[in-house]
Amino acid sequence: MISAHLPALQVVIPLLAAPACVVVRQSTLTWLLALLVSWISFAIALTLLVQTFFNGPMSYELGGWAAPLGIEYAVDVVNAFVLVIVSGVSSVVLISAKESIERETHIKRTHLVYTGWLLCLTGLLGITITGDVFNVFVFLEIASLSSYLLVSLGPDRRALTAAFQYLVMGTIGATFILIGVGLLYMMTGTLNMADLAQRIPGVAQTTTVRAGFAFLVLGISLKAAVFPLHYWLPNAYTFAPSAVTAFMAGSATKVSIYLLLRFFFDIFSETFSLRTMRLDLILLILGVIAIFSMSLVAIYQSNVKRMLAYSSVAQVGYMVIGISLATTTGLTAGIVHLFNHALMKCALFLALGCIVFRLNSVDLKDLAGVGRRMPWTMAAFVIGGLSLIGVPATVGFISKWYLVLAALERDWWWLAFMVVASSLLAVIYIWRVVETAYFKTGPVANTEEAPLILLVPTWVLIVANIYFGVSAVDTISFATRAADQLLSTF
Amino acid sequence: MTTIGLFNYWIVFVLMMSGLYIVIVSTNLIKKIIGLNIFQTSVFILYISIGKVSGGTAPILVDGITLYSNPLPHVLILTAIVVGVATTALGLAIVVRIHSAFNSIDEEEIYTTSD
Amino acid sequence: MEHHIVLRVVAKLLIPVILLFALYVQFHGDYGPGGGFQAGVIFGAGLILYALIFGLQTIKKVVTPSFVHYMSGVGLLLYAGVGVISLFKGGNYLDYSFLSADPVHGQHLGILLIELGVGITVAFVMVSLFYAFAGYRQADLKVPPDTGHEATEKARDAVLEREPQ
Repeated sequence: MISAHLPALQVVIPLLAAPACVVVRQSTLTWLLALLVSWISFAIALTLLVQTFFNGPMSYELGGWAAPLGIEYAVDVVNAFVLVIVSGVSSVVLISAKESIERETHIKRTHLVYTGWLLCLTGLLGITITGDVFNVFVFLEIASLSSYLLVSLGPDRRALTAAFQYLVMGTIGATFILIGVGLLYMMTGTLNMADLAQRIPGVAQTTTVRAGFAFLVLGISLKAAVFPLHYWLPNAYTFAPSAVTAFMAGSATKVSIYLLLRFFFDIFSETFSLRTMRLDLILLILGVIAIFSMSLVAIYQSNVKRMLAYSSVAQVGYMVIGISLATTTGLTAGIVHLFNHALMKCALFLALGCIVFRLNSVDLKDLAGVGRRMPWTMAAFVIGGLSLIGVPATVGFISKWYLVLAALERDWWWLAFMVVASSLLAVIYIWRVVETAYFKTGPVANTEEAPLILLVPTWVLIVANIYFGVSAVDTISFATRAADQLLSTF
Repeated sequence: MTTIGLFNYWIVFVLMMSGLYIVIVSTNLIKKIIGLNIFQTSVFILYISIGKVSGGTAPILVDGITLYSNPLPHVLILTAIVVGVATTALGLAIVVRIHSAFNSIDEEEIYTTSD
Repeated sequence: MEHHIVLRVVAKLLIPVILLFALYVQFHGDYGPGGGFQAGVIFGAGLILYALIFGLQTIKKVVTPSFVHYMSGVGLLLYAGVGVISLFKGGNYLDYSFLSADPVHGQHLGILLIELGVGITVAFVMVSLFYAFAGYRQADLKVPPDTGHEATEKARDAVLEREPQ
């Protein structure tokens, strides 16, 4: 009985918990509440994934109004997979969030932080689960507004300018999406995704639909930090509190990439978005530029957090390349990289959170010798780094492997070569941190290992990195099914 | 569409571009928010224009009237207006914090002092 | 504001009417134009007008900041809670028809409660925004930069620990 209502509960439970935090007003209680709610969402998301994998897509009519008129929550393997990523990342990061945020931001009354966190979670889950394009905009703004707030909490005063920058860019992006949705509504008279998919082919040749498509692609790409539109991301990631960075790195851009997939392959057909509008070419070029230029920029950063932020933009490039190939293997690579990148980046940022907790800095020069003082933290960082590079037996390898396979399927040797070559750039920037931490001596003699509550979530993710790197059958089968479903007609 | 023609859309276009222009060009953070507001307002007008049905009246159930404007875009844009208010409030709150942290709300001054 | 006798008298006459009109817009939203958003804004505007004329301190005695925070959460809880009740009664989330034995009555009840939740949240969020901006004095929020020294650390903590207004 309850299983039929899971799609609604997925969003409603965190939505209910957010105002409850405002009412409770006690830091520890609200943290426990947020943690509990996040884990419940994770359990629901896992259930949904299993259900959709074996029993096919689910649909839920909010308020009992039937689909094209009412708002529908449509769950299939694609978004169930993303739901698992988002709620899982939130659940793991929240464990350490209390200690980490209180230490970094000096905020003593943190109940409003968790309100923001839960609203952000609600928004991200909502974007993913909904089958209504306007609803996407509403949830997108819920998620964005709360993430601006979370970013602005950062300890450095530049967190404020970063948040403002993010707010301006994010609002422009969201408004572009709103314009795109409006233009589609003009031509089709519907907001339901499935309904749109049926009606768009009839009007696909009109300028209005094409303009709408352009607005949507720009808006979503801005949110997803696809290469030339990534300007907000490095600052936001650098200056946000570490826990927030870990959460956002594992969820926010992932959800936007999911939106891109949904719009490209389901709402507009693959033929329209990639062939007629030639986005395959555009995305491929942008993706290749992204993986090289952003990895190069990352090499020259002295702030490790900023370095990883640029590396995130580069990783989005890999996903975009996977999408642009538009084959089952290519899409599988893109989708599985969503999951894998969430695992590795989240682990890396959590490890940085441990370092900030003790050293109050993530500047490369301050990390000298930290490898001996904080062995577990740095070991986690190294494994996470190896995963980022794509060393076998880590998740990073799986995504790169599939990406190379997809490139070879189309006989694009040069692309396979470029993917591998750009991974070597990751070796350089990870090595810089490892070298400083292990082979240099610095004034960190009194530093202790980070507390257990920060280390445990980091290592949970590191173990997941290795586990899903060694036995990738599950993730690959989910991702392949998702890719097949996206490529088939809606 | 015949009653209002394309006039609305020209206004939307002009407002949208001037809003975006203000956001990009001005260095004053408050002006940026004003630009953002103008930009969003243009989209509100776009949606309301979509909802107009020629000859239709306001969508309130009254005897003897059969043709109503489409109320759905109005409802949608009500949500977007609320989102706009929230964005503006949050933006201004951040500007207030920026002012106390940097003693300036001019982007160029902030970036020269913060590096 | 001692001298603005006209303003004070007119405001005293108008504010009850404004609040009453807000309630009208709120509860007549079933049948005519209106609803929670509009009513909430009107109600909030009434309170803000009072604050503008009689001062922030005066209104804070009646509508305390903590009450405002509390209510903006309660409104949203009411909204989401109604949805959950319809879940428990066997319907879909937010399916008002299940709120009462008679579906039509249930729809009426549902939209009334939902709009009430929206109204409460909107009104009190407006007021809390006003409190936040109007009650802001620069010295209050001036957080000393984080230099790592113990003295500034204490000053920082003192500022950040303050009850959010």
